Amino acid sequence: MSFKTVERRPLSLAERTYVPQILSGMKTTFKKMVKPKETLNYPEARPPIPPGYRGVPTLVKDPNGREKCVSCQLCEFVCPPKAIRITPGEIPPDAETAHVEKAPEEFEIDMLRCIYCGLCQEVCPEEAIWLQNVFSVSGYTREEMVNDKKRLYELGGTLPDDHYKWDKKKAAEEAGNPHH
Amino acid sequence: MMEFYFELPLWLRLTVQGLAVIAVLFPLAGACSMAERKVSAWIQGRPGPSRAIVPWLAWIPGISLLQKLGVFHFTADGGKMFLKEDVAPGSVNKFYYYLAPLIAVVPALCTVTFVPFGAYWDAATETMKPLVLANVDVSMLAVFAVASLGVYSLILAGWASNSKYPFLGGVRASAQLISYELSMTLSVLPVFLWVNAPGGEGSLSLIHVVNTQAQPGLWGGMWYVFLMPLSAFIFLVALFAETNRQPFDMPESEADLVGGFHTEYGELKWGLFFVAEYAHMFVGSAIFMILFCGGWHPFPWLPLDTLLGWLGGIAPIFLNPVVSGVIAVGIFLAKLIFSIFVFMWVRWTLPRFRYDQVMKLGWQKLLPLSIGNLIFYAVAIAIIERS
Repeated sequence: MSFKTVERRPLSLAERTYVPQILSGMKTTFKKMVKPKETLNYPEARPPIPPGYRGVPTLVKDPNGREKCVSCQLCEFVCPPKAIRITPGEIPPDAETAHVEKAPEEFEIDMLRCIYCGLCQEVCPEEAIWLQNVFSVSGYTREEMVNDKKRLYELGGTLPDDHYKWDKKKAAEEAGNPHH
Repeated sequence: MMEFYFELPLWLRLTVQGLAVIAVLFPLAGACSMAERKVSAWIQGRPGPSRAIVPWLAWIPGISLLQKLGVFHFTADGGKMFLKEDVAPGSVNKFYYYLAPLIAVVPALCTVTFVPFGAYWDAATETMKPLVLANVDVSMLAVFAVASLGVYSLILAGWASNSKYPFLGGVRASAQLISYELSMTLSVLPVFLWVNAPGGEGSLSLIHVVNTQAQPGLWGGMWYVFLMPLSAFIFLVALFAETNRQPFDMPESEADLVGGFHTEYGELKWGLFFVAEYAHMFVGSAIFMILFCGGWHPFPWLPLDTLLGWLGGIAPIFLNPVVSGVIAVGIFLAKLIFSIFVFMWVRWTLPRFRYDQVMKLGWQKLLPLSIGNLIFYAVAIAIIERS
């Protein structure tokens, strides 16, 4: 095994008085003192959120205002800590989006159970559930920490849609191609 | 107003003067704890305490500057300390436990009596008259004598707490303070050898030291920090040790002694220890500035008398006793605050010495150095004055 012997010079007189070292240390700290501060003034100033950040899971609507979730319950099934609880419901036949057939009647995510793994977002065939950039969750009771459907849509808002899958299906049906 | 003041009986005037000085020193010593937190924050790249504000004062324009400086944190902390329940652990010796913080504060504030803190222009004699509570001829000796009483408070606190960490802190404090007092005293002797010319009347007066740094000529106007740098250096190092500041804060080293001598103390009693520490720092820096940095004279070779003479040529208001006094005290306070800042700056720069290193430095390095320094200046001054 090869090793290198580090040369250890005896300390010079100046080094033994500590004074030059102390002065250079004070120089360093003084530079730090006049530099801009590193600390973020947190609640007022927020850190930049990188793209792809996995924050609180939310439900989103498409740009037409349609709720995207069709209550297939895949996310409920895949959720490792069983944080998601969905009560499936029907869309009334006289609604404009009646051809979607299903929508959640109630959708609850228990943020005390959620582990922010993002599997729900990954499994969702409708791109309806997204982990967005809310990272600070707090509440006084356990009940407050359960996000219901209303709160989930508030948090999620509207995201751009690349497909408009259900609009295309409706258009194809009307054009006489029911198996689109 | 002035006539009324001078017609008061002497004892009342002296009481008012004393209270006035303490009324400045006590809050300043308290505000130092805030300054300490701010300086540490700035050095560590943090903004430091800057949030607290009194809600019904928030409308005042410019008050956010005070808020940023953490002034309201300081008042809130102080208020909290006054309002806290007074708790004494069951195992302590009650009498000495309560006595110790008092013994810490009383000598720390008493030393101020002997420290001149400014001067004013006396039109009748056309000279600067010093501002000091007790203008005694032995002021240097008196300051050393009273300030060294402070060590009893640390010993008492450590012993009365009846617990191991405070006890160790107290033992360390006594050993450290006593060993550095020697080199401190020896380091100021050259100054007084130089000040007291043979044939004249001998004096240990601090005012005399300040005046001799404001004489005309190259040598006369020179501050003693240039004339005796080694003395100043030894005095400064010993001062750090005497005031228990980093890197010599053995008596309260948190890492190995929890809190040292004040581990068992809380609320106002704990606060008094800190006021005493900062008051010691103020008085110590004042002595340093007086002995080595020209006291209330603004610059070397530019005494305050000359400056006031120039300013008086422009506007006679500057020769008013009150205005000139305020200028002198202001210059002196600015020097003190700078020196306190250096104390804090060093604290957040250097790590702490080990206890054996402190003892070794004190007895094996600083003491021989100060003796050698004394002998050198004694011989040099003898040769200069013989010729």
